Amino acid sequence: MTDTPTAGAAPPAPDAAPGARPRAGRVLRYLGGRLLTAAVSLAAVMVTSFFLFRILPGDPVAAMTEGREVSVEQMEALRREFGLDQPLWRQFLDYCAGMLRLDLGVSYEFHRPVAELVAERIGPTVLLAGTGTLIAAALGLVLGTRAAWRRGSLGDRVNSSVALLLWSVPSFWLGLLLIVVLASGTGWLPGLFPTSGMMSADTAGGLDTAIDVAHHMVLPVATMVAVVYAQYLMIMRSSVLDEMGSDYLTTARAKGLRDDLVLRRHAVPNALLPTVTLIFLNLGRVFGGVILIETVFAWPGLGSLFYSGLKVPDLPLVQALFVIFASAVIIMNLLADLVYPLLDPRVRT
Amino acid sequence: MSAPAASRRAVVRARRRAALQKYARSYAENRAGLFGLAALVLAVLVAVAAPLFIPAEALSVTGAPGERFEPPGAQFPLGTDTYGRSVLDLVIWGARISLTVGFLAAFVSVALGTVIGVIAGHFGGLASNVLMRITDWFLVLPALVMAIALAAVLERSTLTIIIAIGVTSWPSTARIVRAQTLSVEARPYIERARALGGGHLHVMLRHVLPNVMPVVIAQTTLLVAEAIVMESTLSFLGLGSPGAISWGGILQDARNAGAISSGMWWYMVPPGLAIALVALSFTLCGRALEGVFNPRLRERR
Amino acid sequence: MTLLEVEDLTVSYRIAGGEAPAVRGVSFSLAPGSKLGVAGESGCGKSTVALALLRLLPKTARIGGSIRVDGEDVIGMRWGRLRAVRWAGASIVFQGAMHSLNAVRRVGDQIAEPILLHGTAPRSEVPERVGTLLERVGLPRWRSRSYPHELSGGQRQRVMIAMALACEPKLIVADEPTTALDVMIQAQILRLIDELVGGQGIGMLMISHDLAVLADTCDRLAVMYAGRIVEEGPAAAVVADARHPYGAALSAAFPKIGDPASRRAPRGLPGDPPDPADLPQGCSFRPRCPVAEERCAEVDPVLYPVPGGRSAACVKVRAEEAV
Repeated sequence: MTDTPTAGAAPPAPDAAPGARPRAGRVLRYLGGRLLTAAVSLAAVMVTSFFLFRILPGDPVAAMTEGREVSVEQMEALRREFGLDQPLWRQFLDYCAGMLRLDLGVSYEFHRPVAELVAERIGPTVLLAGTGTLIAAALGLVLGTRAAWRRGSLGDRVNSSVALLLWSVPSFWLGLLLIVVLASGTGWLPGLFPTSGMMSADTAGGLDTAIDVAHHMVLPVATMVAVVYAQYLMIMRSSVLDEMGSDYLTTARAKGLRDDLVLRRHAVPNALLPTVTLIFLNLGRVFGGVILIETVFAWPGLGSLFYSGLKVPDLPLVQALFVIFASAVIIMNLLADLVYPLLDPRVRT
Repeated sequence: MSAPAASRRAVVRARRRAALQKYARSYAENRAGLFGLAALVLAVLVAVAAPLFIPAEALSVTGAPGERFEPPGAQFPLGTDTYGRSVLDLVIWGARISLTVGFLAAFVSVALGTVIGVIAGHFGGLASNVLMRITDWFLVLPALVMAIALAAVLERSTLTIIIAIGVTSWPSTARIVRAQTLSVEARPYIERARALGGGHLHVMLRHVLPNVMPVVIAQTTLLVAEAIVMESTLSFLGLGSPGAISWGGILQDARNAGAISSGMWWYMVPPGLAIALVALSFTLCGRALEGVFNPRLRERR
Repeated sequence: MTLLEVEDLTVSYRIAGGEAPAVRGVSFSLAPGSKLGVAGESGCGKSTVALALLRLLPKTARIGGSIRVDGEDVIGMRWGRLRAVRWAGASIVFQGAMHSLNAVRRVGDQIAEPILLHGTAPRSEVPERVGTLLERVGLPRWRSRSYPHELSGGQRQRVMIAMALACEPKLIVADEPTTALDVMIQAQILRLIDELVGGQGIGMLMISHDLAVLADTCDRLAVMYAGRIVEEGPAAAVVADARHPYGAALSAAFPKIGDPASRRAPRGLPGDPPDPADLPQGCSFRPRCPVAEERCAEVDPVLYPVPGGRSAACVKVRAEEAV
């Protein structure tokens, strides 16, 4: 390892003061690059979404008018209304134009603009997914750190075993179990929590509603946390174990720091770097889980909307939702790339 | 090199046998891995032997042996389902689909990922760039969302589920295999092989692939666990083959029959438990295998 | 009163199937303001001795013997007292500063950390003190805002030295302070250490595999092999005229500039240092010793006195001096 001085340092004379830093230009270029990649990914997702759902079997118009007396002319009129009589390339262009205008089309099933439906139901999904991820991350990080610090102890082994077990459990089954045990009135703790939905019909609004929503939220969030925290725990445990053999921890101990301070002030911040990135990148999985959990608990969010839309098939709806889910992941990846340099000074230069 | 070809091959074989023995011993040090392996062997045996002790009538919807929703008793240790079939029989039979789909889907995924990873790692340049961009983009798509969409789009069958899972989980394997390929190809004997006139196919098949195999095998095992859980999820959502009995399908029937609100735990708990245990066994095996091939991981677990 | 007094120090590591003795009965003492060098190859136990002084060894290590820093017994010290003595009583300059410094914290914060911990200066004065320390080691004050990866190897080592001086300790242990540095930078760092330590009456224990480095800086020199001190005495004497075959081989491995004969003389030793878990019978140096005899396999030599305030652990020495 040769001794190569950085700019401004010339032994044996004392270092010169730092010159103007051309970092702003580099940062902008990095940002621009990442934004461009994200935009390209987004475009690719939009194209995929369009073509993917055109393979859906079944005639949407037929599904829409099922059970109702309609003449052939009326079906033709419907087809024209939704642009389904146009050649495929025309439909594609209309779709792209619409996307760029943020006009997501009109739902076949609900006869309302998709954008409106999304606006209505994005709140509950964000509430569920956000709360679940935050709790799971906090739990996973704390338990993972403790497991690593006391590696091999009973606590560590119990923690890791429970995490492994919960990781293997299908989330929907766990949700069902929780419903049976805690909600449906026939388990051991009858009727502790509501079995489905987000709100009861008879709340007075304001604080009352908030408490009611929270009450409904407990089981779905618990299910989500149980399945997701295990991943964060294992990642954090592994990261901390990676750090624990490091020399700078010996330096910290030699300075007279207590063991828990060595852990908190030195090992954990270093271990958090790869963990935080992985948490962001894992959010794709979280969305898959959200769809499941919303379906099991009848939570009125985007996930259950997507699932019910697939059956019709409600093309504009599922196309738009697919793009939204994928975009959320793309945005999270972008955020991960942008946040990492803030946390790790070694990457900033 | 004047040794005759036959004894050279014998030497290689002896070396491979010794290496396998070393791996086996190192695997055996991991108790959790042994437990996982034993559980798996048991599950596979039971699934394969199922037709021997479960007659077809026991699984038929119309000629079911028992009353509907019977709680566990002497005749039906796990009670009966919505049609009167023994839940125990169902769970045992369900292992066949779940394990099959799990293996096949993981195999498809790993095969795809390995081919792409080796090609990208070996050829480098534009091909690698393009392949990796595609891989990265696939990684962005939420896997379960994509699988649900695919399974809904194609006709409902077991093959569809296998395709849906395989197509959405290959990217992670591709990345790992590409990294491993790059590291293998950096070794000096690859250069020598090429200098001796080894073409692309030769280098990839005879040198890269055997060295990439350990990582691939460990990945496969872990992927099977994921695939089994994903299959159960897709079946639960009603996207699987309508007539097939799988653990996820049993749970879907249970839910549709109102077993949740009626507290029929015997209908609900066994299938989920089976999924969890089999997935856990595969995960334990996979982690043990990772430890065998990467000693650095061993001391951490 | 001696600053550091080590008596019959033993350190054994618990390994699969028994114990590996890394240090087997080391004794030395250090007076305030003096410098003792410990030389030896990798694996001879010198870094273990350094870490043992402040009980920084991992839990698998078992320590025996006695270590007294400024009269206080370290091995039996209560945990709280040990943490107070760490850094404020004795500090360590570690090798490989890239990994010994926390990569994600600014250098100034890391220097300030022990000051704040031990209360060496009131909180408001800490930044000033950090700046002063940096200037003393030849770095500009604004460097306190830098991260370790922004500094060169020599600059990082200066930071480690500044950090070691932060709480005004009476004893500094320098573990390979110049390894992995270019020769020119090495010279600078050694000069710096010399100034700082000599000027303040701090006692120093310097560990290195590079005999030339130690010869220049230290008053006395101890050579370690396989967990024991095999030669000890004034630095110049030990280097110029080692009495133990290993000491002689070490010093011969470094050519004397300007002496053509030494350049052409055979250098280096065959073989490797012994595995602590599997030491040879009798003298542990015997397998590699160029002048080994039959009796070396039977007798395990201790340090025999040599005139001039020296000692060497070789049966030949005992024979010669007895004559």
